[in-house]
Amino acid sequence: MAQGTLCNRQPINTEETLQALLADTQGKIYYKEMQELDVDTTALGLLIEKTCKSRIRTWLSICAKCGLCADSCFFYLANNHDPEQVPAHKIQSTLGELVRRKGNVDNAFMIRAMDIAWGKCTCCNRCSIYCPMGIGMGVMFSYLRGLCFSQGFVPWEMKIGSGMHRIYRAQMDITSEDWVDTCEWMVEENEEEYPQLEIPMDKENSDIIYTVNAREPKHYPEDIGDAAILFHIAGENWTVPSKGWEETSLAMFAGDWEGATMQVKEVYGAIDRLKPKRMVVTECGHAYRATVIEGPYWAGLESGKTPVETLHYVEWVLEALKTGKLKIDPAKKIKEPVTYQDSCNYIRNGGLSTVGREIMSFIAEDFREMKPCKEHNFCCGGGGGLNGIGRYRQQRNVGMKIKRDQILETGAKLVITPCHNCWDAIRDIEEVYKLGIRWSFLKPLLLSMVIVPAHLKPTEE
Amino acid sequence: MYLFITGPLLWFSFLFFIIGCVVHVILYINGLDWKLDRVTYTKNIPYGLNGAARSVFFWLIPYGTQSWRNNPAFTLIVFLFHFGILFTPLFLNAHQVILRERWGINLWAIPDSLADVLTLCVIATALILLLRRIALPSVRILSTFHDIVVLVIAVLPFITGFLAYHQVSDSQFWLMLHVLSGELMLIAIPLSKLSHVVKFFCSRVQLGIDFGVKRGGMKSGGMKW
Ligand code: SF4
Ligand code: SF4
Repeated sequence: MAQGTLCNRQPINTEETLQALLADTQGKIYYKEMQELDVDTTALGLLIEKTCKSRIRTWLSICAKCGLCADSCFFYLANNHDPEQVPAHKIQSTLGELVRRKGNVDNAFMIRAMDIAWGKCTCCNRCSIYCPMGIGMGVMFSYLRGLCFSQGFVPWEMKIGSGMHRIYRAQMDITSEDWVDTCEWMVEENEEEYPQLEIPMDKENSDIIYTVNAREPKHYPEDIGDAAILFHIAGENWTVPSKGWEETSLAMFAGDWEGATMQVKEVYGAIDRLKPKRMVVTECGHAYRATVIEGPYWAGLESGKTPVETLHYVEWVLEALKTGKLKIDPAKKIKEPVTYQDSCNYIRNGGLSTVGREIMSFIAEDFREMKPCKEHNFCCGGGGGLNGIGRYRQQRNVGMKIKRDQILETGAKLVITPCHNCWDAIRDIEEVYKLGIRWSFLKPLLLSMVIVPAHLKPTEE
Repeated sequence: MYLFITGPLLWFSFLFFIIGCVVHVILYINGLDWKLDRVTYTKNIPYGLNGAARSVFFWLIPYGTQSWRNNPAFTLIVFLFHFGILFTPLFLNAHQVILRERWGINLWAIPDSLADVLTLCVIATALILLLRRIALPSVRILSTFHDIVVLVIAVLPFITGFLAYHQVSDSQFWLMLHVLSGELMLIAIPLSKLSHVVKFFCSRVQLGIDFGVKRGGMKSGGMKW
């Protein structure tokens, strides 16, 4: 059974193997080895038998082949209606075949399946709401990713990402110390302007436990500072955990269910330890999906819910605006046309479609909807981990045309993107297509217009 | 021969159809697994019911969902086709006569002229669906032999019934074929994709529960299909 040293069926469980994989620039050796990687058809067949039950089998067998899902997929639209991009075709020719052949497939089949599961689908789940038969294609693509992962057919970056979660319990190599240091640093950075500012670490019984995306401590620490200032201004009794602070899950994007489970249990562990009343998740879509929507199931929680009630950051913002905890200076509202990017993960798949609009009514004077929007919005083009995969960069850039056109149509030059992946994708849309647009999370915008109560301002001496 | 076809074989077909459908539903429900599917089927039940009801209801209404509205012509064809297929045989006068003679059951029957129109509707819409399958690249790529065979099986009783009623050439021959093709359809339902007669509801209810209890239904009040 040929297995590579870098590309193989074993998930990354040691720092050493992770480093070796990272050292292989752009996964050159990794993908080369993949060409030779054998498929363990017996194991694959068994896995399918054990995990592919009536729901997926029914979906696969009742597809009416009506093609209504075609127009729902941004990849199909962006690729000049290429029939190869019809969701039903993508799933039937990969997962459908795999199940029909009971896992008896070869290397070339698996590489093609991988190229479709990651390169032609972001698991945005839009096709599922356009299919008359109620076929959950996004769910099936995600399941397909799991099958591919089990055999080692997974994009290089995703294998690394899942390994990061397994080793650091974060999508990047950020240790608990790094995280705590970053929080302390952010307090120091801002304490001159906000003298009593704190980022309470591991405080028990607080009202809110706040959890983030590892990119924040790694690349955008000011986001943590902004969050702290806003909680401070709102007078929240909050905390962050020193362990279990990372909400995201590249393991989920990789189809590494074991890794995803480890990650989410770390967060729930922090909740059990610190006993907060509620959890708030930063402005990230897939973090919410991983920890709030899917997480309870991975962790085996029969309620299907997180251990304590969880809010996405936008929900907290709206609550703070409605209750007056955050007050907006009317003179500082956004005057220019502005639009709002609905993240598939917490809008279509999380039910928060009205929240963004209500926030806009507080902070923007000329809010413009994309068409379509809310549950029916198109993926930014970078979901499902696609932003981070070099092998499919070109395909992603083509897919982004749909979002580009949606933004252009609104006439707005500012796009509010309360999701890390959407934020990246829209930044890249600008980089690739040069529209002259800007993009922003909510936090910096709110900070620029919120009224700071006098007692929180530095005393002048 | 005729007696066999309209007697034991008819009984067999109906039984096969009913038992087959029931078995499909039982196997479907049996195969649901809250952990594998990652949907709590037995928790948060009011949300699940709301989700399931929305998921079925809006899709059963012509133009009730965004997907139907985005495809107005196709939607019209699909609804006409299904309406014709379900409604016509149930309320056809000739079928009512059989019911009355055999069991004394008196149901409302539609005028034969309406039955004719509906029958032609079924045949015409089936033809359009077939042509669409061949003409549109996005649909052609999906189509298999199975898809065409089930369409033919579904319309055969209508073609033969029409010919028998209008006494084209040997009406006894067409009548036999009509009964046989009806039986073929009944038997084919559990064995083919026509099982969507029941699985449509299984799948829609399941996805509805998924959106109802897990994907936002508890926060939004329900998916806007
Ligand atoms: S819309 Fe649904 S039934 Fe129609 S082809 Fe797509 S997956 Fe199949
Ligand atoms: S889940 Fe989204 S990206 Fe994937 S096939 Fe469906 S519509 Fe396309």
